[in-house]
Amino acid sequence: MAFADFFKKKQSSGSAAKDRLKLVLVSDRAGCSPEVMEKIKNDIIAVISKYIEIDLEGLDININYKPDPETGVEGPALFANIPIKDMKSKK
Amino acid sequence: MGEVIVVTSGKGGVGKTTTTANVGTGLAKLGMKVVLIDTDIGLRNLDVVMGLENRIVYNLVDVIEGNCKINQAFIKVKGYENFYLLPSAQTRDKTSVTPEQMKELTDRLKESFDYVLIDCPAGIEQGFKNAIAGATRALVVTTPEVSAVRDADRIIGLLEANEITKTELVVNRLRIDMVKRGDMLSCEDVLEILSIDLIGVVPDDENIIVSTNNGVPLVGDSSMAGKAYMNICHRILGEEVPYLDLNKKGGFLSKLFKK
Repeated sequence: MAFADFFKKKQSSGSAAKDRLKLVLVSDRAGCSPEVMEKIKNDIIAVISKYIEIDLEGLDININYKPDPETGVEGPALFANIPIKDMKSKK
Repeated sequence: MGEVIVVTSGKGGVGKTTTTANVGTGLAKLGMKVVLIDTDIGLRNLDVVMGLENRIVYNLVDVIEGNCKINQAFIKVKGYENFYLLPSAQTRDKTSVTPEQMKELTDRLKESFDYVLIDCPAGIEQGFKNAIAGATRALVVTTPEVSAVRDADRIIGLLEANEITKTELVVNRLRIDMVKRGDMLSCEDVLEILSIDLIGVVPDDENIIVSTNNGVPLVGDSSMAGKAYMNICHRILGEEVPYLDLNKKGGFLSKLFKK
């Protein structure tokens, strides 16, 4: 998708629709606004960055409604995929 | 034992009733025993789209309330051995029926039909709850517009929460020319956003309006929409029919809709 998007005209209304939908669905699904998600994300980054260097480009944090693999109970869960660039050496 | 399939969308006006009529008629053409149930109480339309509006005597609420036998409310569609419509009530409201009563009804019907197709009203309130109560499979209809896709996402979540796991997407009224020039969400875009299985892509086709004018579903005829709907029917039966590939240039329409 990234590859195709790259060559698309930047201003096409179709891709604008897609981007807007993705954003609105994040807050719809999570039941919280994009601003709150952004704050959570920034706080998590700040805490983790104290100890390890993380890849901000590859960082992905969102809320999903997937059943718990162990209990099978459905409910919102915060998923974070945080690629590590470098373990900071202990001072 | 048959399957109970609810046709739903959240948003109104995206083609639920047209899809129910065409998929139902297509399945009947393929030799299946089919009953259509219009659950849009107060705003019934499946009867007119099917061209059966003049033959209604009893309706869904009459059946639920025991005013008539279920067979008395069925309208037989001419030209088919086993194809019926159970019309909705026009002068009542959604609270006339409960989800439990609907489940009881569809459980009974699936014993004698291959497919029980339920036309769901727009919205997520009582009417929606009634429509999905007995369903084990869902066709979610959307158009490539932000409002319809957003509502579809909500509906998919609600279906999951109600343990309807076999949920498939119909992308309706796609305009290939607009997708090509980047002014419409493509089918791939919609699938990526909603992340559910696709069961059909129906192009925007004026023949749909003509067929609705006449009260004869166009499924199975030579029009684009007619072919697209018939493909959906084959897929419901578990057959593999090639899907639209928007990345291919030139002539993909004919490839796509050719069976």
